[in-house]
Amino acid sequence: MSTWLGRRDATAKLLAALLVTAAVVSTLDPVASLTVIGALLAALPLTGVSPGALLRRGWPILASAAGIFVFTVLLGSRDSPVLAHLSLGGAGLDVRENAVGYALRLLAIGLPGFVVFATIDPTDLADSLVAHLRVSPRFAIGALAALRLAPLLADEYRLIRLARRARGTRAGLFSTLFGLLVAAIRRGIRLATAMEARGFDRGGPRTIARETHFSWSDVSVIVVGLMLAAAVIVLKFART
Amino acid sequence: MLLQGASGAGKSTVLAAMAGLLAEDSGEQEGEILIDGRPAQQRRGETGIVFQDPQTQLVMSRAGDDVAFGLENRGVPRAEIWPRVDAALAAVGFPYGRDRGTAALSGGEQQRLAIAGVIALRPGLLLLDEPTANLDPEGAQLVRTAIAKALQDLDATMVLVEHRVDEALPLVDRTIVIGEDPDAVWTPAAPGSLPMPARKAPGPPGEALLTAEGLGLAHTDKTIDEVVLGGQALAVEGPNGAGKTTLALLLGGLTRPTRGRVVAAPALAGPDAARPPHRWRAARLAGRIGSVFQNPEHQFVTDTVRAELALGGASPATVDELLSRLYLDRLALANPFTLSGGEQRRLSVATALAAAPRVLVLDEPTFGQDLRTWRELVTLLADLRDEGRALVLVTHDPQFVAAIGDRRLELTR
Repeated sequence: MSTWLGRRDATAKLLAALLVTAAVVSTLDPVASLTVIGALLAALPLTGVSPGALLRRGWPILASAAGIFVFTVLLGSRDSPVLAHLSLGGAGLDVRENAVGYALRLLAIGLPGFVVFATIDPTDLADSLVAHLRVSPRFAIGALAALRLAPLLADEYRLIRLARRARGTRAGLFSTLFGLLVAAIRRGIRLATAMEARGFDRGGPRTIARETHFSWSDVSVIVVGLMLAAAVIVLKFART
Repeated sequence: MLLQGASGAGKSTVLAAMAGLLAEDSGEQEGEILIDGRPAQQRRGETGIVFQDPQTQLVMSRAGDDVAFGLENRGVPRAEIWPRVDAALAAVGFPYGRDRGTAALSGGEQQRLAIAGVIALRPGLLLLDEPTANLDPEGAQLVRTAIAKALQDLDATMVLVEHRVDEALPLVDRTIVIGEDPDAVWTPAAPGSLPMPARKAPGPPGEALLTAEGLGLAHTDKTIDEVVLGGQALAVEGPNGAGKTTLALLLGGLTRPTRGRVVAAPALAGPDAARPPHRWRAARLAGRIGSVFQNPEHQFVTDTVRAELALGGASPATVDELLSRLYLDRLALANPFTLSGGEQRRLSVATALAAAPRVLVLDEPTFGQDLRTWRELVTLLADLRDEGRALVLVTHDPQFVAAIGDRRLELTR
């Protein structure tokens, strides 16, 4: 998290991403989506996310965009302007603006969220939400602690399946998931007890050990988000 | 102070009560616990408790943040927090910086971090519930050193729950035993001595039942070639992270080897001789190779202790015998999840015994056992071995190995 965007305040980044996403959702205009995608790709060096990592971790977004594109070409409404005509072994296929629009919009919605969450440390997010948005620490820190246990679930699922097999019972999905639920609740209770033992339920004033600055460069993140959102809205009306 | 007692005597419950953590809306409570004249619930700010399981005690994803967590809750000003965090980390000998991720730590390091999180609060009463559970001897020693150092610095009262007294005695001034059963608790012993006559195999081992051929263990590039022989107890030892549990799962026919293979002899495999154990049907596997996991809770599938033992089709007579030999008879109708740690461990061993498999793979079977149940486990397992069954014992317990192990396999990291 040592990149420029990585050091910015988590609430500012979240807000900027929300603004952009909300603007993009309102329009199907491919140029507006392309503007957002282009701006974010241009800003990629600031985020510390390498293009390779973007492809590796962001492929589900790309795959869904491709899926939407194919389905809209095949089954989408026919009153959108044709952008290109493909001939595949005699059969013609029109690529209309709606297919391109849907696919690009999905990318333009997915990308800001992806970039923001790739540069937000969960601890920073919880601190920032508590400090700047007055979110209850009981909720924010509690969710943070629960999040820390989430990766253990995959391991636990595997072990429960193996344990059931060792007992000679067929490990059905339902019974394994139920076992996982029981294990997760018991684990959660133990964690809650440990947190309580260290005064989390004390109820008095609570300090935050890590400093959360809200500086002008954090404001600039929101301003850039706002400008990008405004550009999308302007393009939306200018092109209709 | 050392708090001892038979498995299931209520040691952890007493400790939780002293920490003021007992839920008031469940169970019945009698009597009271006063700390400096006030109920324990009102004295929570002056007590610190460390539990067995390091995984569920760490709250934050970075080590320094985790130690700071308790200080934040008490409203300690930020400028004061970090010096106290650094002092606590140094006191427990934490080998990394504040930014170290808590998920990447070994069990012993996590446990030392949990202790740091408690001593940073400067408690007047330090409660430790089997803090070296499931750690390898080296990690456990480091945790004990950290406890000794913390006690010097804190000038606090400590109550330690621990079965094995030899390592704990240097830390304490006196010992209190819960219950009136002197047979049940461990007593100090000369190094290398055993609380019972050793039960080594009476004769030469029988035929090879399982063979590991060039078996690869995850995270290491070493391969294992090993035979599991009938009538022999093979003890698998080594530090945490050496792959002992991985090996247990492979020999237990539960996971597919990434490299090499596990071959079952025809005498064990019967009609499945052509297939490796990990492809056997579950019901057949359980009748041939029994596995006991490190975490017993994963293996419970029914809602009473008795049903748990009867699951594999064991006769009521067998179930009764196991219940009484492992001191579980008074718990026959209890829900397995409500048992104490030591009782759960015995129940999971008993479920594997109930299926009477020819090979038994046990991961830390003696953890949390009092002297009486420990002896009974050794006797029970030795009897099974002497009938010609093969035992694979993954363990950190040197006395257990000395008492029953016929051959040792030392894994290294």
